[in-house]
Amino acid sequence: MMILMDDTATGGRSAGSFQGKPRPGDRVFAGTALGAGILILVILAAVTAFLLIQGVPGMLADPADAPTTLGQSASFWHYVGPLAFGTVWASLLALLFAVPLSIGIALFISHYAPRKLAALLGYVIDLLAAVPSVVYGLWGITVFAPAVVPIYTWLNAHLGWIPLFAGTVSVTGRTILTAAMVLAVMVLPIITAICREVFLQTPRLHEEAALALGATRWEMIRMAVLPFARPGIISGAMLGLGRALGETMAVAMVLSASGIVTFQLLTAANPSTIPANIALKFGEAGYGLNVNVLIGTGLVLFVVTFAVNALARWIVNRRKDFSGAN
Amino acid sequence: MSKRIDVADLNVYYGKFRAVEDVTMTIEPRSVTAFIGPSGCGKSTFLRTLNRMHEVIPGAYVEGTVTMDGENLYGPGVDPVRVRRQIGMVFQRPNPFPTMSIKENVLAGVTLNNRRMSASDKEELVERSLRGANLWEEVKNRLGLPGSGLSGGQQQRLCIARAIAMAPDVLLMDEPCSALDPISTLAIEDLIGELKANYTVVIVTHNMQQAARVSDTTAFFNIAGTGAPGKLIEMDHTEKIFHNPSQKATEDYITGRFG
Repeated sequence: MMILMDDTATGGRSAGSFQGKPRPGDRVFAGTALGAGILILVILAAVTAFLLIQGVPGMLADPADAPTTLGQSASFWHYVGPLAFGTVWASLLALLFAVPLSIGIALFISHYAPRKLAALLGYVIDLLAAVPSVVYGLWGITVFAPAVVPIYTWLNAHLGWIPLFAGTVSVTGRTILTAAMVLAVMVLPIITAICREVFLQTPRLHEEAALALGATRWEMIRMAVLPFARPGIISGAMLGLGRALGETMAVAMVLSASGIVTFQLLTAANPSTIPANIALKFGEAGYGLNVNVLIGTGLVLFVVTFAVNALARWIVNRRKDFSGAN
Repeated sequence: MSKRIDVADLNVYYGKFRAVEDVTMTIEPRSVTAFIGPSGCGKSTFLRTLNRMHEVIPGAYVEGTVTMDGENLYGPGVDPVRVRRQIGMVFQRPNPFPTMSIKENVLAGVTLNNRRMSASDKEELVERSLRGANLWEEVKNRLGLPGSGLSGGQQQRLCIARAIAMAPDVLLMDEPCSALDPISTLAIEDLIGELKANYTVVIVTHNMQQAARVSDTTAFFNIAGTGAPGKLIEMDHTEKIFHNPSQKATEDYITGRFG
């Protein structure tokens, strides 16, 4: 904008009193911003190129050339299918737990809690984000999984007619549901932090409009806060989903995987996820096309994540007129 | 529909700071009462105490009584939510809900009270409220579009429609025209003249000509200085306030000698 104005000012007259030199600060800033923008594109392009060059041979490989990975599969697609399913399924389950909980916590912090408690709670939530995923994995495997087994048994006994809870209950508790709940705890901080920020940005005007109409606090939140925050909530959920899709260590440690496709949540036979599978298989994949197969699964994950984000953007933009941005 | 408001010995505090001191006044039904005075004199604060909207601000509280047709708004067990459903409010800046259509905006308050409402009743109420706010002809073909797409003056009339859809007893307006251009202001002023047939209207304004044009009664608020509480100096028929005020301070303010 500045540069544009300078151009028009100097364009007309020669040696007029409005002439001026470009300021070095502006130049440096514009250059740095442009450089940063280009850099991120270059990195993304490099990663994509790596995935394509290394992954495509794996995707086209004959199972005989990659025995440790494709050993029991008819083709790459038979191999990656259950993994992709497991990745998306575990992440969606995690979001199912994390999103409502995050919205609740964020609303409590932004609109209900006394100011001091709100600040403290904010710190604690941020602290959750600082815990390394390996620690979540350890906690999941040693504490959480054994603790939920009685609940799983109960669910199976009383609600076993629902296909989700059917099958034989895992004795270790290391099921996809457990992994999803550990994932939920891990993505909770980011979703909560974003929701809290968006809730706090609700224009006071709109909150007062609702209250003046005789809305209770909850009705005010439903009328003014949540509709205003909807795009932000979706963005937060998508960031959380991105993290859940790519999460490796916790899932690799907690989940006892067997590479099948099933919606049953409580059994010992669970689909694995792409990142966890790469981490677990990489050590023994050091020859032939095995590594390329794993990188190929990485490419699939890349595409899945990209598709999920595109979908989220589409959802956010669909009701743009009503977003309150105008 | 229209009710009388009696205020007795009302003090308003923000924490320890006393913002408004000892106001006693009667607001007549089916009339327009204007509050005028310099910035910071507490007129908007006082207006908010008439439907307990000041309670939205942390630390704000009142002493004294406000009664509407004999019922104390600050009595024990009185729910501020119920008070606000009977005393509507229009704000300085138009604030239609941006995520709702024009129609949904009009129905926003009503759906809080009465979720079960037939579609034809809703249509009827939307049209009646928008006609009451002189907005119907301009928006009748785009009721499904967002309210935020309207002009500022139209948005403000939409907010008035939203308030009168609740069939309130009293309508409070906090500088409703200060963000609007002169033509939109005129439209709102005409509307205020019509609204007083059915409602008790209280309006805060910075514009003395506006107070002179629209109101039947005018109350003048003033402060002694920064940090001092606002006080009600004089309240009388608008005609008298603007032509023959009984207080020197009122005359000085009206004639533009200060403020």
